[in-house]
Amino acid sequence: MKKKGVGMACVLHPTGNKGAGDPSNAAIQLKPDGTLVLLVGAVDLGQGSTTILRQFAADLMEVPIEHVFASNFADDFAPLSLGSFASRVTLIDPHAVENAAEDLKKKIREYASDLLEAHPDDLEYKEGKVFVKGAPDRSMTLAEVGGASMFGGGADPALLVGTGAWQPARFHPHDPETGAMPAVGAISFGACVAEVEVDTETGMVDVTKLTQVWEVGKAVNPLLVRQQINGGLHPGLGTTLTENSYPYYPNPDWAPENFSDYALPTFLDYPEETLWGIEEVPHPAGVKGAKGFSEGSTNGPPPAIMAAIHDAIGIWIDEYPATPEVILRALEAKEASG
Amino acid sequence: MKQILSFILNGSPVDVIVTPTETLLDVLREKLGVTGPKRGCDDGDCGTCTVLLDGEPVRSCLTIALTVAGREVLTVEGLSTDGDLHPLQKAFHEHGAFQCGFCTPGMLMSAKALLDHNPTPSRTEIREYMSGNLCRCGSYEEIIEAIQVVAAGEYAPSGGKE
Ligand code: FES
Ligand code: FES
Repeated sequence: MKKKGVGMACVLHPTGNKGAGDPSNAAIQLKPDGTLVLLVGAVDLGQGSTTILRQFAADLMEVPIEHVFASNFADDFAPLSLGSFASRVTLIDPHAVENAAEDLKKKIREYASDLLEAHPDDLEYKEGKVFVKGAPDRSMTLAEVGGASMFGGGADPALLVGTGAWQPARFHPHDPETGAMPAVGAISFGACVAEVEVDTETGMVDVTKLTQVWEVGKAVNPLLVRQQINGGLHPGLGTTLTENSYPYYPNPDWAPENFSDYALPTFLDYPEETLWGIEEVPHPAGVKGAKGFSEGSTNGPPPAIMAAIHDAIGIWIDEYPATPEVILRALEAKEASG
Repeated sequence: MKQILSFILNGSPVDVIVTPTETLLDVLREKLGVTGPKRGCDDGDCGTCTVLLDGEPVRSCLTIALTVAGREVLTVEGLSTDGDLHPLQKAFHEHGAFQCGFCTPGMLMSAKALLDHNPTPSRTEIREYMSGNLCRCGSYEEIIEAIQVVAAGEYAPSGGKE
């Protein structure tokens, strides 16, 4: 018999470690043609960290994104980022990029002051140009500043690189009066609702519909946010229903060797209907309100599916994954106990 | 014993010296430098090595190279024409149908075979046909969407979005 159930789960996902320190650095270099090279150590594994950091650099330097180059292979020589993990990049690295952009703008004003015959404080940077305040005709484009800094032309050559570093303010002991203990840089909030069908004869659990909504501060790139929400579902589903190293774990000699032993969810294991949603409440700790959430999207589906299984068959399954064997044994035990 | 294997690779004839036990994936990647097909498992489980053999999707890691003699093999390298991306490639790109991209060459070849056989598949038919291709980044939903928009003609060479 097929029994239906619905379950839900809420997730608080913290990012930006205040205890151990969670730093990232960045540099932005002005090239002779006026384009910019962004150097960040965060490695993009496909989640889009390089893309959003380019977006931030372009936005902060007020130039088209096509003018900002970033390499994903820079981690050998770029300023260090603690890494692209734990949903930390979106919260932390943009601060380093922001500081690097401010530093570069300052250096551009200083370098252009000789050429524009004005004090750096009287110069302003806007939309890829540096100009004398109140006299916008006396201006230089980024390409003119970049070219002059490389080849000379009225001033000594210079390498114009802005640098920036940032990490969340370090942890301090909790406030005994209020109990406040800001251990993390930001928290993202998610909700997941799962609908399942449990076949009581075979023990198979079919997730028929799954909805996840995440509050992400600011969706810097909505396409990438969507990928993270739906992508997190994959290990979430696998953890809950199929991915199993039992009984061998943790003995590495018996680790699963192929995808038949260790079953990843396929297209058919994905819910017939998958819905997703994004909420934005700008976070004060993030650049433009952005904060990380991605890893949390793996955490909602397991408890939501387990709650839905409970709703369907009246049993709390307390081991992952809920394979057909686990479900059938639980049903048998329930029957035996009357 | 070594033998000369001749077949059509992405529209051009190739000759390559192979041993009887080498797989098509070995020959493509190691001997011909065609690295679109990926070695995800070398075991037939994951689908990242999928290529089209006379238009049918096969796992190149399970295909003995010599069996393709005289036949046509299409890999992801042969999908675009004159630098113009195939509609599926455009749709995958614009709909974010990948993260790391490791499964993408196999997904694209399976999706092409699906649409060649069934130009207007239902969501269920897409899920069933594509279920031999695994994606650890969990891009299934976006891949289904990309296949659906191509099936709907959105990226058709004439009129549609270019
Ligand atoms: S490499 Fe051929 S199926 Fe995985
Ligand atoms: S995009 Fe990474 S495995 Fe599919």
